[in-house]
Amino acid sequence: MNPNRNTPQFRHILGERTFTFADLADLMAKATPARSGDRLAGVAAETAEQRAVAQMTLSDVPLSLFLEQPLVPYEEDEITRLIIDEHDKAAFAPISHLTVGGFRDWLLSDLASPEMLKSIRAGVTPEMAAAVSKIMRNQDLILVAKKCHVRTGFRNTIGLPGHLSTRLQPNHPTDDLTGIAASMLDGLLYANGDAVIGINPATDNVQQATRLIKMMDEVIQHYEIPTQSCVLTHVTNTIECIEQGAPVDLVFQSIGGTQATNDSFGFNLATLAEAQDAALSLNRGTVGNNVMYFETGQGSALSANAHHGLDQQTCEVRAYAVARKFDPLLVNTVVGFIGPEYLYDGKEITRAGLEDHFCGKLLGLPMGCDVCYTNHAEADQNDMDNLLTLLGVAGCTFIMGIPGSDDIMLNYQTTSFHDALYARRALGLKPAPEFDAWLAKMEIFKNNEQFTLNSQLPSAFQPSLQRLIGGL
Amino acid sequence: MTQDKPSQQDAVTENSWQKLTAFTDARVGLGRSGVSTPTKHLLAFQLAHAQAIDAVHTQLDAQQLAQQMMAQDWAPNCAPLFLHSRATDRATYLQRPDFGRRLDQASAGSLDQHTQNSKAEYDLVIAVVDGLSSLAVEQNTMPFLAALFDYLSEENPLNQQAWSVAPICFVEQGRVAIGDDICERLNAKCVLVLIGERPGLSSPDSLGLYLTWGGKVGYTDAYRNCISNIRPAGLVYPEAARKAFYLLNEARTLKLSGVKLKDRSDDDLLEHETQTTENFLIS
Repeated sequence: MNPNRNTPQFRHILGERTFTFADLADLMAKATPARSGDRLAGVAAETAEQRAVAQMTLSDVPLSLFLEQPLVPYEEDEITRLIIDEHDKAAFAPISHLTVGGFRDWLLSDLASPEMLKSIRAGVTPEMAAAVSKIMRNQDLILVAKKCHVRTGFRNTIGLPGHLSTRLQPNHPTDDLTGIAASMLDGLLYANGDAVIGINPATDNVQQATRLIKMMDEVIQHYEIPTQSCVLTHVTNTIECIEQGAPVDLVFQSIGGTQATNDSFGFNLATLAEAQDAALSLNRGTVGNNVMYFETGQGSALSANAHHGLDQQTCEVRAYAVARKFDPLLVNTVVGFIGPEYLYDGKEITRAGLEDHFCGKLLGLPMGCDVCYTNHAEADQNDMDNLLTLLGVAGCTFIMGIPGSDDIMLNYQTTSFHDALYARRALGLKPAPEFDAWLAKMEIFKNNEQFTLNSQLPSAFQPSLQRLIGGL
Repeated sequence: MTQDKPSQQDAVTENSWQKLTAFTDARVGLGRSGVSTPTKHLLAFQLAHAQAIDAVHTQLDAQQLAQQMMAQDWAPNCAPLFLHSRATDRATYLQRPDFGRRLDQASAGSLDQHTQNSKAEYDLVIAVVDGLSSLAVEQNTMPFLAALFDYLSEENPLNQQAWSVAPICFVEQGRVAIGDDICERLNAKCVLVLIGERPGLSSPDSLGLYLTWGGKVGYTDAYRNCISNIRPAGLVYPEAARKAFYLLNEARTLKLSGVKLKDRSDDDLLEHETQTTENFLIS
């Protein structure tokens, strides 16, 4: 916070005119590429020129200023305290002399090797990542993200370079088990589901979550699938499921970048710590111990009226500080779900998806993206094809997979099982190695190198299908 | 076609599990051209998306809908009111939900005038709002209202106390909360908002219903009760009307709505929710 709010903290002289910005938060917001959510919040640049000038001004800001001037007060917000208290000065040392503009040059330079980028992670705060992303072009966001390697594991290895994983999302409007199983089978036979098999329950309570967790566990065990399951219910529900003995692999929670946002979601950092401990105590991972699955998305803080006057992208990146505290297996930015009042069209959704992926990766998160849109946004399948391709090039950790792109429970469109195979073929991206081996063993892939599917129904699935549809 | 040229059947691999569509609306078993969506399914998707977009962007013909209503024998005697939110057009509406929650100046003025002139005490005002699907409103409002007015009729033995109903309000470019603005200006005891819901790919015509007791500008969703997915392929009209009538009576008894008003209209049906995890993949 600017200690003296009456005089603007930043000035930029352009010809005969002086542009002023009240404080760091104002400068960050004005420098943000245009999007509807910042206009709704009343924090966006008023003209294109003001935005460009703000970007110039921001590029001169030293990275160290973000440590001195938290954008949300330290006393009021546990996420600010998390960011400041856990900042690693030694990791920060190699970049501590840089400005935001200098940081962009450094990130793009050959000095920033994958090893170097890994070593500075703990020294980069969300605000530094957000600031530099605001002055980066889409190709910059792609190129630097591609250099950030983040590897996690539970029953398989997620995030290896040259790999792309998929969440199989077999949602059903009434949680009907036959309907869910039908989508699961379809997804598995289209080689999807290595990131997680994750259900958004239609009925959101402990009893239903337990039922779905058990069902997925039985399928995973029966077919010996090297993957993990998750029911996307509230973190406190999952804690209760674990207490009641449910076979929980991953704990889910939607998270935001301010304490007030997370209050509105009904949890705090202590809740997440308790949930992580509970899941770890089950010791169900075989390859690794990353037991958390988080979802985020620009606009959630404003939607909860908890944005503290910040732009939505800066709020979003602050949520990544929450995520990285708990060593997640997966983090998913659900970029186009929130609607056009936050991201209006395909262009804004694309930009936000690339920003989120870059910032997440820079901070060391296994960042995936729900490449998606709603029917009241100015977007279509072609916009999703573009973003999927860009993210595939950028080394995105995982995407969603759903039958025919149509989520019949949540009423939005995301990437299909077919889309994932498109990305594999177009960009040569393989599934997690353990899952890839399973696909070969089960004869789902006829040729793993060329991503060719078996044209016959694999024998292991024939009896089940015969039982169900034999009489039809 | 000669034998050595690949036929269309060869290019498209059908899935033997395509019959699973009998058990779910999900787009399973689509088959594939290489690894891509076959032309037939690609075009079916494009059509569904086109219908959903049209549902969002087609303007509600409020006058025509009102005329249709006035021709029904259940229609209230008083002439309907036509209102507009502060969102001047659809693009503004989509980006500024705050504008869609408030009446524009002319509409607010006409309601105030009505209240001044009529001096009526209304128990209920019904607002028919375009929301995100004019299609949903045009297809479902009349049959739903017919079923609801059956319940509200004085001849209905279940109806212990008459309902004084305000003129039906037809609202363009409105969000749910605009009902509160209307309720407050008409000084009505409660408001029912019928609104087009965000269209899904397989459900572009879904109508939502929101009840607020003593609606006031600034009320949040915590003060509202909702009945969702009213349409022939979802919650059918008689069921939706039964639930709405239940909520109206409960709200009138408790003088509140929202989280403290629980929908127990199905309690006598007592679902026996099973704990089985049985499904064909593991049976």
